[in-house]
Amino acid sequence: MKERIEELKRSFTEKLPSLTDKESLEAVRIAYLGKKGYIAELMKGLRDVSDKKTAGQLINDLKNEIEGALGARDEELASAAIEAQIRSAKKYNPTLIPERELGSYHPITLATREVEAVFERMGFTIENYAEIVGDYECFEALNIPKHHPARDMQDTYYLDNGQLLKTHTSAAQNSIMKKYGAPLRAIFPGRCFRNESTDACHENTFFQMEGMMIDENISISNLIYFMKTMLSEVFNRDVKVRLRPGFFPFVEPGFELDINCEICGGDGCPSCKNSGWLELCPCGMIHPAVLREGGIDTEKYTGFAFGLGLTRLAMMKYGVKDIRDFNSGSLKSLSQFKSI
Amino acid sequence: MFLSMNWISDFVDLSGLDRRALIHNFTLSTAEVEDIIIKGEDTYGVIVAKILTVENHPNSKKLHLLKVDTGSGVVDIVCGAPNVREGMLVALATDGGAVSGHKITPATIAGYTSYGMCCSESELGISDDNSGIWDIEKDLPEGVALGTDIKDIFDIDDIIFEVDNKSLTNRPDLWGHYGIAREFATITGRELKAPDTVDLSAYDGLPTVAVDVRATDLVWRYSAIKVDNILRKTSPANMRIRLYYCGSRAINFLADLTNYVMMEEGQPMHAFDLKRVDKIEVQTFPMGTKFTTLDGEERNIDDKMLMITSGDEPVAIAGVMGGDASKIEDDTTSLLLESATFDGVSVRKTTTRLGLRTDASQRYEKMLDPELCRTATARLLALLFEYDKDATVISRFEDVYVNKYPTITLEFDRRYVDRYTGIDIPDETIVKTLRGLGFTVSQSGDSFTVTVPSWRATKDVTIKADIIEEITRIYGYDNFNVCTSSMALVPVRPETLKTDEDRMKDILVKSYRMHEVHSYIWSDSAKNAELGIDTPKNVSIINAQTPDHAHLRVSMIPTLLAFAKENRGYKPDFAIFELGHTVEGLRDDGTCLELHKLGAVLYSKTRQEESLFLECRDAVLEICEDILHKTPTFSQGDCDFDFEHPANTFDVFVDGVRVGYISVPHPSVLANIDKKCAVAFFELSTEAFAGAPAGRNAYVQPSKFPGLDIDLTFLGDVPSVRLTAVRKAAEAVSEGLLSSVSFKDIYTDDEGVSALTLRFSFVSQEKTLSKQELAPVVNAVTGELEKLGLVMKA
Repeated sequence: MKERIEELKRSFTEKLPSLTDKESLEAVRIAYLGKKGYIAELMKGLRDVSDKKTAGQLINDLKNEIEGALGARDEELASAAIEAQIRSAKKYNPTLIPERELGSYHPITLATREVEAVFERMGFTIENYAEIVGDYECFEALNIPKHHPARDMQDTYYLDNGQLLKTHTSAAQNSIMKKYGAPLRAIFPGRCFRNESTDACHENTFFQMEGMMIDENISISNLIYFMKTMLSEVFNRDVKVRLRPGFFPFVEPGFELDINCEICGGDGCPSCKNSGWLELCPCGMIHPAVLREGGIDTEKYTGFAFGLGLTRLAMMKYGVKDIRDFNSGSLKSLSQFKSI
Repeated sequence: MFLSMNWISDFVDLSGLDRRALIHNFTLSTAEVEDIIIKGEDTYGVIVAKILTVENHPNSKKLHLLKVDTGSGVVDIVCGAPNVREGMLVALATDGGAVSGHKITPATIAGYTSYGMCCSESELGISDDNSGIWDIEKDLPEGVALGTDIKDIFDIDDIIFEVDNKSLTNRPDLWGHYGIAREFATITGRELKAPDTVDLSAYDGLPTVAVDVRATDLVWRYSAIKVDNILRKTSPANMRIRLYYCGSRAINFLADLTNYVMMEEGQPMHAFDLKRVDKIEVQTFPMGTKFTTLDGEERNIDDKMLMITSGDEPVAIAGVMGGDASKIEDDTTSLLLESATFDGVSVRKTTTRLGLRTDASQRYEKMLDPELCRTATARLLALLFEYDKDATVISRFEDVYVNKYPTITLEFDRRYVDRYTGIDIPDETIVKTLRGLGFTVSQSGDSFTVTVPSWRATKDVTIKADIIEEITRIYGYDNFNVCTSSMALVPVRPETLKTDEDRMKDILVKSYRMHEVHSYIWSDSAKNAELGIDTPKNVSIINAQTPDHAHLRVSMIPTLLAFAKENRGYKPDFAIFELGHTVEGLRDDGTCLELHKLGAVLYSKTRQEESLFLECRDAVLEICEDILHKTPTFSQGDCDFDFEHPANTFDVFVDGVRVGYISVPHPSVLANIDKKCAVAFFELSTEAFAGAPAGRNAYVQPSKFPGLDIDLTFLGDVPSVRLTAVRKAAEAVSEGLLSSVSFKDIYTDDEGVSALTLRFSFVSQEKTLSKQELAPVVNAVTGELEKLGLVMKA
C-alpha cells in the first residue's frame, strides 16, 4: 500500500510539468481524483490494510497534495493564458486621427451669442427684426431729417417698392418701443446694409447689435454703469470706459464710447493708434423725439441706447483682418469656428 | 481739420497750462483729436544773417561760396541755392543747430568747408517752397538785428492738432479757430477774447453795392463790400506759416486773407476782382449752363445749382468755388468781397452732383450761422488794414438778410438736470458752463431760462436735452459717479423665432457637422447664370452696385449651391447652411414679404446622391422633432424653382402646414457644379416653426411584456412607398398592438426588381404575444398593404 502511494505520488510529480493546457490537466484530475481514479482505488484497497489510520492519513495527504498542485497549476495556466492574450493584443494608436471634420458656426453667430448671453443674464429681451424697412423706421422715427446725408443714395440701398435695406439696427427702436412700451430692456442684433464699395475694412452687409433701456429716471450715470458692466462681461476683463461727445440724431446727448486698449493696457500701441483707447460703440440718451415717436411719455421716462458693431467685434475677437471673409462662404476661413 | 494752438491762443490765454493735457480734455469734452503734431521742435539755432559776398565755386556750376555775417562774426557757407545774392538777408542754420531734425555741423562740400546752412522755407517746414533760400528781408519787421533767432520773430514753434471732420458735422461753430478757442476757454474757465474787427457802420454813408438775391429760398444772407487800392501782394510770414500748418497753402495776399478769415471765423469768404465783378445776382439757371471754375475745370451747371452772377454772367458756384474769369490775379488791386450764408442742403447737393467739395462747401453743409457774415467781413478788413494801410473801403456794407433763424429760448429746472444726469451738478457750474459757451442764462430758484447763441441755433441746440449735453460734456464724463438703475426685475420671455433658429444652428453644426455661412440678401445673377439657374424677377434695389445684384433673393439655395461649387477643392465631403431672410414679392400693402429661411446644401464626391438626400431628410426630421416635438411628413411636390430635381422634390409638412422642401439639383444644374459629385439640399421656413404649436413630450408607459418583431418583405413600386402611409394602414387593422414600423432594407435583384423589407414591431400591454396569436393581425396588415400596391414576396 505504502509503495503504491509512493508510486502514484512519483508518477503524478513526473506528469505535472507536461500539463500545459486545460484538457490535459482535466484528464489527469479525472485519472487521479475521479470517481474511478487512483485515489478512489486506493481508498477501496484500504479495506485490506491493517493500520487503516496511518494508511488513510497517507492517502488523504496524497489527495490533498494532488488537488493543491492541480489547482496551482490551473491558476498558472489561466494567468499564462491572460498574459499571452495581452502579449498578442492588437496595439492601438490614438495619435492617428482620421479626418472627420466637426461642423462650424459662423464667427458672427459665436460673437453674437457671447454678447447675447451677457444681456440675457442682465434681464434683457432679445428681439429679432426685419432687414427690409421703410423710410419711417430707418430715419424719420429716429429724428433723422429729410435732407440728412445719411439718407443719400450713396449710403442707403433703396428698393423699387419704396422700402430700403436697413442701414442700422436702430431702425428697430421704434417698433420695439411700440411693442413693449416702457419700462423696457431689449437688445436686437441684426444685419445692416450700406451702399459702399467693399475692401478689407468695408462691407456693404454687416451685423450690429442695438440695445435700449428705458425707465423712469434712467440717467447718464446709469448709462456709463451699464456700458462698463456689460463690456467687462463681454471682454471678460475689467474694462475702463470713457465717453466723448458724439453726434447721432437719435440720441441727445450722444457719445462715442471708448474702451481701454487690451493690447497695450492703455499705454498706446499701433492697434489703438497710440491713444490707449479703442472706439467701440456709439451710445447716448434716447432723443425725446424718438421716445415720443415710439409712444413713450417723455415727461415720465428717459432711456439710453447703444449700438455695438458685431462684425467689428468678431474681427477684434478672432483677429480677422479682412471683413470680406465673413460673407465669402469660404470654408477654409469659416470652418475654423467650432464653438464659443 | 488741423488746428493751431498759437492761433487759438490769440483768443484765450492758455499760459501756464499743459497744452497736451488741454488737447486731451478737448477730446473728452468736444471732439476727438486724432493726431498732435509738434512744429518747430526739431528746428533750432537758426538766425537772421546777411550774405556779404558771393563767389562761384571753382569746381561746380551750382555751388556758391558765401561769406555770411551772423551778427557776431563772419562764417564761410557753401550754398547751392540759385537765388543767393550779395546783401541778401537769410535764415542761417548755425553750427550746433538743427533744421527739421537735420543737425548742422561744419561739413566739407566739394573741397570747401561750410559752417552752416542757408535755409529754404521748405527746409524749415513752414511752406512747400523749395525754389531757393528764404529771402527773409521782406518778412522781417524793422530793426531786427543780425543774429536774432528766427523763432523770436516767426511763429515756427506751434502745436497743431487734427480733429476728424466727421466729429464736427453737428457743430458749424467749430469750423474756425475762434469757435475752438471758445471751447478751450470754457473748458479751462478762462476768458474768451474777441478778435479785432472794424466797425462796418462807419461805411454806411458810402455808395451801395448792387446785390439782387433772386433765389430767396436757397439763401439766408448775402453781404458784399468793395475795397480799393490794395497793393500788398504777399501775406505776412506768420500768416503764411499758420495757413501752411493748418493744411492750406499761401497763394497771394487777398486769397490768403479770405482763407485766413474762414479758418479763424468759420465763415467762407470770396473775393471777386472788382474790375470783372461789380454787381451781384444770386440765382439758378433753369436751363443749366457751362461754367469754368478757378481750378480751370469746365463744369456742367444744372437747374438746381445756386450760382452767383454779375450782369447774369456766372461768376461763382455759390458756396463752392469761384470762377476762373473773375479770380484774383497778380494785378488785382480792388475787389468785391462776398460774405454770405447759403442753404446747407443745396450746397451739399451741388457738391455731390459736381463731385467737387471745397473748404467752403464743407462749412456751408454744416448750416452756418448767418450772423457770422458781418463779423467775418469786419475781421477781414481789420486784418487787411493791419497789413496794407493804404487799402480803402469804397462802398457801404451791403447786407441782404433774406431769412433769419428764430431766437431759441429754453427753460428747464434742476430736477430735469438731476434726472438726466443721475448726479448732482452745482447750479454755479451749470450757469458758468452755459455762459462760457455763449448762452445767456437767467436763474430763478430751481428754474433756468437760456437763450441759445446764434452760432448754435441753426440746428444744433433746439431742445432741453441739448442743454444737458452742453453741461455734462464740459463737466466731464470721467467725473461722473456711476450707479446702477433701480429698474424692477421682470422675467424675460424669449423670442421664439430667435431661439428656434439658434437650436437649428446647433442641430446642424453638432449632429450633422455642417458649416454655417453668410451671404447677401440679393441674388447674384452672374453666379446663378454660371450654374444655369434663372434669377427670378423680384423686388429690386434701385441703386445696386452692379445690375447682377439688383434682385432680392427668393430662395437661400442658389447662393449655397454657388458656395458649394466654390468650396469643391476644400474637402471631398462637406455641408453648409445659412439662416437668413428672403423676399417673396410684395404684400397687399406694397411692403416686401420678407421671410426667415434656413437653407442647407450637402456636397459629396464619395457618397451617393440618395444618401445625401436621406441625410437632408434626417436633419429635417430632427429639427421638427427637437423644436416642435412633431414628426413631419414628406410628400412629392412640384418644383418651385428651376434648380430642383423634378423627380425628387419633396414637400415637408408639419400638422398639415408646409414648412419647406427637400430636393436634389436638377441634372443640368448639377453638371455645372461639378462633373463628379452628388448634392442634395433643403430649405425650411423658420417662421412656420415659430407659428406652429409645439407638442409635448407625451410619455407612454413601456409594456412589461416582451414585444415581437416581424420582418416582412414586399414587392411593388418601392421608390414611391411612403412609410407614414404604410404605418397608418397597418395601425388601422392591428388592434392597438402595432408599436412601430421601420425600414430594414431594399434589395434589388439582377433584373432590377426591388424588394422592400419592413420591420413591424408589436407589443401588448397585457401579455406576451405569440406568433400564432399575432398571425391574424399580420394577415390583416398584409391585406391592407396590398391595397397600397405592396405585395408580400413569396
